[in-house]
Amino acid sequence: MQTEPQAQSTNGAVVTANDVTRVYGAGETAVHALRGIDLEIQRGKLTGIMGPSGSGKSTLMHILAGLDRPTEGEVTIDGTPIARLGDTELTKLRRRHIGFVFQFFNLLPMLTAEENIRLPLDLAGGKNDKAWTDEVIERVGLGDRRKHRPAELSGGQQQRVAIARALVSRPTVVFADEPTGNLDSTTGAEILDLLRESVSTLGQTIVMVTHDPNACSFSDRTLFLADGLIVREVAKADAHEIVTTMEEVSHL
Amino acid sequence: MIRVALRGLGGRKLRATLTALAIILGVAMMSGTYVLTDTIDKAFSQIFDESYAGTDVVVSGKGADISFQGTSAAAPSVDEGLVDEVAALPNVEAAAGAITDESSTKIIGSDGKALNTQGAPSFGFGVDATHPDFSRFNAFNLVEGTWAEGDGEVVLDAGVADREGYQVGDTVAISTLRPKQDFEVVGIAKIGDVNSLGTATFAIFDLAAAQELLDREGQVDTISVAGADGTTPEQLVSEIQPVLPDDAQVRLATAEAQDDKEEISEFTSFIEYFLLAFAGIALFVGAFVIFNTLSITVAQRTREFATMRTVGASRRQVLWSVIVEALTIGILASIIGLFAGLGLAIGLNELFKALELDLPTAETVFATRTIVVSLLVGTIITLVAGLFPAIRATRVPPIAAVREGFTLPPGRLHRFTPYIAVLTMALSLFLLGYSMFRDELDTASRLLSIAGGVVLLFVGVAMISSHLVRPLAAVVGWPARAIGGAAGKLARGNSVRNPGRTAATAAALMIGIALVTFVAVLANGMKASNREAIEDQVIADYVVTAQDGFTPFVAAAGDSVAEAPQAELVANVRSDLARVGDAETYLTGIEPDTILETYRFDWKEGNDSVASGLGDDGAIVDANFAEDHDIAVGDTIRVLTPSGQTLEQEVMGLYEPPPFYPLLGGVSVTKERFDSAFERPRNQFTFVNVAGGPSGATTAALTEAVANFPDAKVQTREAWINQQDEDFNQFLTMLYVLLALSVIVSIFGMVNTLVLSVYERTRELGMLRAVGMTRRQARRMVRHESVITALIGAALGLPLGVFLAALVTRALQEFDVRFSVPWGQLVFFAVIAVIVGILAAIMPARRAAKLNVLRALQYE
Ligand SMILES: Nc1ncnc2c1ncn2[C@@H]1O[C@H](COP(=O)(O)OP(=O)(O)OP(=O)(O)O)[C@@H](O)[C@H]1O
Ligand SMILES: [Mg+2]
Repeated sequence: MQTEPQAQSTNGAVVTANDVTRVYGAGETAVHALRGIDLEIQRGKLTGIMGPSGSGKSTLMHILAGLDRPTEGEVTIDGTPIARLGDTELTKLRRRHIGFVFQFFNLLPMLTAEENIRLPLDLAGGKNDKAWTDEVIERVGLGDRRKHRPAELSGGQQQRVAIARALVSRPTVVFADEPTGNLDSTTGAEILDLLRESVSTLGQTIVMVTHDPNACSFSDRTLFLADGLIVREVAKADAHEIVTTMEEVSHL
Repeated sequence: MIRVALRGLGGRKLRATLTALAIILGVAMMSGTYVLTDTIDKAFSQIFDESYAGTDVVVSGKGADISFQGTSAAAPSVDEGLVDEVAALPNVEAAAGAITDESSTKIIGSDGKALNTQGAPSFGFGVDATHPDFSRFNAFNLVEGTWAEGDGEVVLDAGVADREGYQVGDTVAISTLRPKQDFEVVGIAKIGDVNSLGTATFAIFDLAAAQELLDREGQVDTISVAGADGTTPEQLVSEIQPVLPDDAQVRLATAEAQDDKEEISEFTSFIEYFLLAFAGIALFVGAFVIFNTLSITVAQRTREFATMRTVGASRRQVLWSVIVEALTIGILASIIGLFAGLGLAIGLNELFKALELDLPTAETVFATRTIVVSLLVGTIITLVAGLFPAIRATRVPPIAAVREGFTLPPGRLHRFTPYIAVLTMALSLFLLGYSMFRDELDTASRLLSIAGGVVLLFVGVAMISSHLVRPLAAVVGWPARAIGGAAGKLARGNSVRNPGRTAATAAALMIGIALVTFVAVLANGMKASNREAIEDQVIADYVVTAQDGFTPFVAAAGDSVAEAPQAELVANVRSDLARVGDAETYLTGIEPDTILETYRFDWKEGNDSVASGLGDDGAIVDANFAEDHDIAVGDTIRVLTPSGQTLEQEVMGLYEPPPFYPLLGGVSVTKERFDSAFERPRNQFTFVNVAGGPSGATTAALTEAVANFPDAKVQTREAWINQQDEDFNQFLTMLYVLLALSVIVSIFGMVNTLVLSVYERTRELGMLRAVGMTRRQARRMVRHESVITALIGAALGLPLGVFLAALVTRALQEFDVRFSVPWGQLVFFAVIAVIVGILAAIMPARRAAKLNVLRALQYE
């Protein structure tokens, strides 16, 4: 049964977290990865998440994207509370609202670039919007690589395929966990440009976890995590400002 | 989604091919069986249709219609004068008599020995080619030459002529109820277009000659009748009926053909089920292989499935992607198997031929049923085997896409696996016990529940075997560690790394080994019982039998052997079918004067003087038969012979022959009494005692004495027993060849698992090579792992086979089957397992050794 999204929040938040905690394991060895997170992700914005290693960035992102469930608290996506959705509802939610870009690309090796990109549409089974798919492929600059298999593409090209795959279903929000983490800095910069551009020209909402201060200078807003809590938040800032904030955060 | 599945398959061609092979063999066996048995059926049905072409009704002798243990008594002959009587009837247009004898005409082959038909008929026909209506009734197709005329001429069957190189104009020796004589081959004939009658043979003589040779002076076996225009066969029957004497009957030719066909299709469907059983075993093993391969594949593709989930695939879609993969493999493999079956049918026929069991064949029959059933069964089995891995794939959560080294947690039922395994085995034991020890079950349900029990037993052991892998590997892996050094040690470690996988791989081999062991142990016991049974009964120096050892032979041969000066004492044992009360059995005729010197009775009631003093109206009865049919000493029993005569005999004594192989029939009377009741009495055995015991010279002399009866075979008691062992071994060879099929399937499974493991450990192998492992060591590591897996299969299969054999031996207790384990053979099977392991490792080991170290380390 489809859970129809409720009316959008008036303040334009497409993703919200309300006192989200996540505990791995139990008893003596329990790890409190998230210890009460409240946040709102703005529509049409690129939100960066930074923080020291082990601060809970990935955990947070997985929970926001419905890949993992919070131990306590609630997450909404486009107004729908997701913490208690069943597998079928979550699948539908993913098809409609969520796109992913992974650090290790996660392309299906047996499909061509174009087939990988089309996969979400094929899975959802709707009519195939060819014009839009073509546009996305052109946008990510893969016009001449459509028929190539992932193994025949460079890392940067593979990540472009992944981004196109995330954009093609026009999801409410795209989550990217260290999308440049596995690329050299020049290629990484190109990928960041691409993400930035899809926010500005397509109005795509993107949440991106990164270790790279330069990456966050592309963001409209950056959240800083430390030890499972959001400890700082800065609006559009340059790389230098972000590095300083990181330093402060690390010494908390 | 279907594309994802198909592409995935295309990207793993080797794996897909190996997986498909697992099912191809089973399907090929199945379709081959159908093709072969349909072809045989068609040949027979052509033979029968041809035999009655142009005939409306058939007049033949009316006997008691007795059949026992698959043999039916031939109908008696009728008086020749009846032909003219019938022909004179107003609505009869034509009538012709013919001789058809099924068993006494033995053609001597080019090597001077009688052709051994292995129990198949050796027909002798007599036809009158000068009869004006001959061609109307003629069932034969003369390919060459002319029909036989007068004495000394014969038309041979094309199959024999071809095999033995006889041509028109040649001389051929043939023995009938008369001693061996030379005939000139004047023609060569077929029945319809049937190329070969298999091991069966026929020779066509002139009618008068056949009457003489086959002891039917003034008689014919069948009268073929055609009605005048406008007369229906039914009308003919009612017209002929009144003129027939009591001992003759008239039947529609179509009904006769139908009966013949039904009788034969009972036989071919037995062959069909027999061979299908092996197809079933191969498919069952194939199911294990497919299950295992798909399970490994699913585990290796965890990340892929998770990624699909994150981009919007539902569980159902993931399920479908695996099922479509299985379905595609299943359909493709079934189609290939279906056509491979055409080739295999030829192979099976060759196998039968090699074992001298070949059967008539016509043009290959490729029936719709063959296509439908083969495709369905192959596809469904693959699908069922793929279901569990497919369900497992759906349990991959999306988060696995981002977690390095995520492995699926064991399923909800995993905890209960040992209990389920034990339950399965308990159920299996129940089924086995039930089917073997309950008497009132009919054969079909008994076999079904045995099959079900064995399948469950294998599944149960396979389920529990993942818990046994560790201890077993420790034992069977010891030599690997000892001789394989570091590589051997790693191999042992690898084999227990994923116990479930090793267990499932070994389980496939276990099935084959268990069945081979079962056969070997049971056969060993049966051979022992057979030897004991014969040694208990026979005290004669020599035994004369037919060439095939089990059909009765011309009685005159027994008289001939008596003429040899070396033969001190001869005891003929006549045998034929009879009905006692309402029970069908063999009736034997013994010679009271000599029987006790050659055959030992184990008396239950009576003593040796009962046998030596047996009078013509007395009978000795097998105690088991007596018990089953409420017969006691002093009773008078009525014995009905196939020709319709009834003998009244008083039961004088009961004896208990070894139940495994009682040499005499249910009831024995004197030879004289026997001969009075049978038209053409034949011997089952002739026992001979010689002066000074058996020797080569004596054997030669006795053999020379029966030279005119080439179907008779003279052997010492010991040689006779050995001969039976040898015949039995031949049958065993066939079973082993057929079971080898399932072992081959399990080899594919092992190759598959190894290839997948090597692929999975690419990085690790690269690391090992980088720190100094040589190619040789890499190869050795894979090979040792393979051998360890194979030995685990053997370690499970051997005891399982012995156990099943023990169970069946117990169930066959009433036949006194011995339980005797052929240790040497079991060791041999273990060696075979090692060889299987080495063979399976060849290709994967080469792959592991070829690995480019640099590339392997970069491999993600
Ligand atoms: N599956 C898990 N089981 C147990 N503990 C976990 C698991 N995943 C993460 N953790 C723990 O939770 C905490 C947060 O981990 P998380 O992966 O969210 O950090 P991160 O901020 O993404 O770090 P990095 O920058 O290194 O990727 C860490 O202490 C980690 O050890
Ligand atoms: Mg992380």
